[in-house]
Amino acid sequence: MSDNVIISAQNVQKYFKGGEIKALDGVSTDIRRGEVVVVIGPSGSGKSTFLRCLNLLEVPTGGSILFNGTDITDKKVNINRHRQKMGMVFQHFNLFPHMTILQNMTLAPMQLLKKSRAEAEEKAMALLERVGLADRANAYPSQLSGGQKQRIAIVRALCMEPEVMLFDEPTSALDPEMVGEVLDVMKELAHEGMTMVVVTHEMGFAREVGSRVLFMDEGKLVEENTPDEFFANPQNERTKLFLSKVL
Amino acid sequence: MGPGPAKLWPTVAPQWILDLPEWLEEFCYDIYKCFIFDNRYEMYIEGLGNTLLMTLLALLIGVMLGVVVSLVRVTWDKNGAQMRGPGKLILAVFNWLCKVYLTVIRGTPVVVQLMIWYFVVFSTSRNGLMIGAFAFGINSGAYVAEIFRGGIMAVETGQMEAGRSLGFGYVATMRHIILPQAFKAVLPTLANEFIVLLKETAVAGYVSVCDLTYAGNIVGGNAFDYLLPLLLTAAIYLVMVMFFTWLVGKLERRLRTSER
Repeated sequence: MSDNVIISAQNVQKYFKGGEIKALDGVSTDIRRGEVVVVIGPSGSGKSTFLRCLNLLEVPTGGSILFNGTDITDKKVNINRHRQKMGMVFQHFNLFPHMTILQNMTLAPMQLLKKSRAEAEEKAMALLERVGLADRANAYPSQLSGGQKQRIAIVRALCMEPEVMLFDEPTSALDPEMVGEVLDVMKELAHEGMTMVVVTHEMGFAREVGSRVLFMDEGKLVEENTPDEFFANPQNERTKLFLSKVL
Repeated sequence: MGPGPAKLWPTVAPQWILDLPEWLEEFCYDIYKCFIFDNRYEMYIEGLGNTLLMTLLALLIGVMLGVVVSLVRVTWDKNGAQMRGPGKLILAVFNWLCKVYLTVIRGTPVVVQLMIWYFVVFSTSRNGLMIGAFAFGINSGAYVAEIFRGGIMAVETGQMEAGRSLGFGYVATMRHIILPQAFKAVLPTLANEFIVLLKETAVAGYVSVCDLTYAGNIVGGNAFDYLLPLLLTAAIYLVMVMFFTWLVGKLERRLRTSER
């Protein structure tokens, strides 16, 4: 395996009800450093499940996930340590409503990385500055718009200085006018060389920023290609059908 | 006029009361015999002290027990199915114990539980106050557990996922993220439980604890006049509950700052 591979999914399976429902039916792919992998597919295709398996929020029924060469599906592995290096952004933001923005961002670095408050706050403020929300540092999540919340959720994950960022439909719960501001932050992140795995319905983002597109259907990885090839020249019938509907 | 109860101790009433005009004399005499004669006010003070002490200790026991039981129940309900090995067995046993505890405690009257603790389990001890605090604590824990369980279940699953995805373990996520939110959500219900508990301790007289109710009852009996002692007893409970309600309201408003 090349040193460049950061996450290697090997024949990942996720079955529910003892195999009756196959949410993931043997998905294998490698995610390399600096890559922006965009996962698309119809709803119920297992793309979110696949993403959530990467940091074991969903425990795979079979197969393995290698993160930096360590099989994190192994029960003896301390998954919490590995998750610190895998940032995750959710569809519904999942900010902590009882904390201010700054507290949301400093909690994990202070508790888990044992940073001092000053250190954690400095880092958090620098990140807030970058996404243009420094003036909301002491606001509570409920006082922010959806787009602002999602930008905060992204920088909250960045506070842990992750090696890879996982995005689970980050713009699906947003009003259309707020999608742009979140995508801009993600684009900037991609240009800085962050490794990203993005489950999304934003085809424009996939085409513009993605380095590789994965198309999933019925728990299987149906097709993968560079965005240009994928959108211009889809190979699989399912992909063609899907693209004809969404483009 | 026949010899009313008030006539029993005409000699012990101080002269200045007997010198008062007749309409005032009777009232002052009632007050005198119910509160001042024989230092009876001390009974209420002692009773009030015991009631408060018992309630606070019971609350402490109840909340600690409640948190533990609710965590066991929630952890089992949410993760039991995916767990394997000895951890699963241990949790299953604890969960079963918690369920038995909840069923028995919530299914029997608190007075009966109190008497069982006092006359049966701790029959060698005559420290009614501590046994009372223990009994009410064990009782309250069952209700607090269900309150907390509801509160924890009401916190979105996304919060747990967000905490875990940052690298927090299950326990740390509970502590830093879930429980503070759950606590805020259940505070009004928890305050209600405290109020119920405060008044429930009124049955402590069954195991000869001199609580506030017991004091009112005894003084009433000694003075052959229940009106003032019981009214005062009721008034003290009422004032305490009103004060506490006000206090919780203030706390709630402070906690609500994040919802502006």
